[in-house]
Amino acid sequence: MNMKLIMKKRLNRSWAVDLLLFLLLGSVAFFMAIPLIFTISNAFKPIDEIFVFPPRMLVRHPTLKNFTDLVNIFSDSWVPFSRYVFNTFFIAITGTVGHVIIASAAAYPLAKIRFPGRNFLFSIVVMSLMFTAYVTQVPNYMTISWLNLINTYWAILLPSFGMTLGLYLMKQFMEQIPDALLEAAKIDGASEYRIFWTIVMPIVKPAWLTLIIFSLQSLWTNGSVTSHKYIYSEQLKTVDYVFGQVASGGLVRTGPVAAVTLLMMAVPITVFIVTQSNIIQTMSTSGLKE
Amino acid sequence: MKQTVMNLNPIGPPETGRHGRVAALRALPARIGRVFREMKKNKHAYALIAPYFLIFGTFTVFPVLMSLALSFTSFNMLEPPKWVGWHNYARLFVQDDIFLIALKNTLLFALITGPISYMACFLFAWLINELPPKLRALLTLILYAPSISGNTYLIWQTLFASDSYGYANSFLMKWGVIMEPIQWLQDPRFMLGILILVQLWLSLGTSFLAFIAGLQNVDRTLYEAGAIDGVRNRWQELWFITLPAMRPQLLFGAVIQITLAFSVAEISIYMIGFPSVDYAAHTIVTHLVDYGSIRFEMGYASAIATVLFTMMLCTNLLTRKLLGKVGE
Repeated sequence: MNMKLIMKKRLNRSWAVDLLLFLLLGSVAFFMAIPLIFTISNAFKPIDEIFVFPPRMLVRHPTLKNFTDLVNIFSDSWVPFSRYVFNTFFIAITGTVGHVIIASAAAYPLAKIRFPGRNFLFSIVVMSLMFTAYVTQVPNYMTISWLNLINTYWAILLPSFGMTLGLYLMKQFMEQIPDALLEAAKIDGASEYRIFWTIVMPIVKPAWLTLIIFSLQSLWTNGSVTSHKYIYSEQLKTVDYVFGQVASGGLVRTGPVAAVTLLMMAVPITVFIVTQSNIIQTMSTSGLKE
Repeated sequence: MKQTVMNLNPIGPPETGRHGRVAALRALPARIGRVFREMKKNKHAYALIAPYFLIFGTFTVFPVLMSLALSFTSFNMLEPPKWVGWHNYARLFVQDDIFLIALKNTLLFALITGPISYMACFLFAWLINELPPKLRALLTLILYAPSISGNTYLIWQTLFASDSYGYANSFLMKWGVIMEPIQWLQDPRFMLGILILVQLWLSLGTSFLAFIAGLQNVDRTLYEAGAIDGVRNRWQELWFITLPAMRPQLLFGAVIQITLAFSVAEISIYMIGFPSVDYAAHTIVTHLVDYGSIRFEMGYASAIATVLFTMMLCTNLLTRKLLGKVGE
């Protein structure tokens, strides 16, 4: 009987409120989707449909011309396009892996070990979330140049390892792990490192998958801003920088720009789709229960 | 047994008065020793946090401290900083009319988008959580996509274009609501409203995802126990079971949404232009960009950042208090 109750999971529900809430959800989802549908359909519009009056939301005669034009534009550049792709993937993957490991390692003691200075360190982290990046740009540039990191991958990678968001998220999740579980492991003779790596990390899998999404996304979309500031050599620039160059090409490039917008959007969304199915599957098996 | 208890607390309950202070001073070496022993015992903890805090210190704490210090100076990046005391702050509130407009816009913006986006993040995460997995994945994607996909918000520029090619204009003209196109993005009457709309469109981001992950961690047996204990409807279930179980994520979301709501700038700069007509969409951060990256008055820019930081900090403390009452 009890088991059935849990499986049903619809303990206190009335269908009228259900209907109302899901109507609300549906209309919001529709509103959210309009600009996305528009972006996708635009990328496949032939040039005469982009400028048609009155404007139409959906594409009538889809074409791939915008994408082939885009390829032609890239074939003119003197750094091969594959180099930009490599840079992008290298920065996104290295930055994300480093961030997830370093931030999780720091989050575990902050959440579960009592040591002097713990509260102080965490309150600094929280406060730094509230300081806008615009004004720390100049001191940051100075630091990076003092460390001789200008024009290297490290100028982007190192700061991304220490992003605040990841540590904060991981700590909040690790706090929910029951102490009893960790104490049991300690009694069995596991060291703190072992507990962190073989017990805590598997439990908080939804959290670090979420973190991977955030990190990849920020490295992908902010890449052009950062690489602009710290990286001068064309060899080290990333894909979104090149795409940005296309986007500033004006009216003649309206078609390729629509294609670029779609490509820029496609990458983080693909990563999200892949990661999300994992997050959802992890749910009830996460062992967070006492 | 008694011995260990004594060791753990050698100072005893805090005493007041001169006598107490002297005693506390005498106990100081013991206290330092105790802290030191504690630190030694926890050397693994320090080893684990060391890499992060080294990087964090270099690229976050140090720049922030430097910027706080610079806010009391006049600094143009060419000459060394000159100490000016509170001058920057005085100038900000007394002489700078545009800052006051920016302050008003930012507060208005934060008051509207902050609470709405925070509640929307939770509400939608919660509703989605009850759906069958496939539908849930699809809806999560639709709701989350705007905030993840970089600068897709520029699409709104096309939707609100000021000629009759703009979708909003052509739609309204077709239905006879307006006779001639409205300059949505140049008209001070509409700018802030459109910014708020776009920001809300973008706002189901980080916190939304954290809430979804958090909801999946709530122990399901709690609901069953709640039903037995007399929880009668979904609202009671939400208030007494779900929300308290999610307090860590709720705090995380609050900090993120508050920071977002106060630091709007990018979408204003790219969509409306910089500076906006009559400064109607000017915010504290665009003011900061103006002085920091265009006029290179770094001292003044740092003072603006510090004011913004103080506002966020106060809002956060208030929110923290309110969240403490959840489930009571």
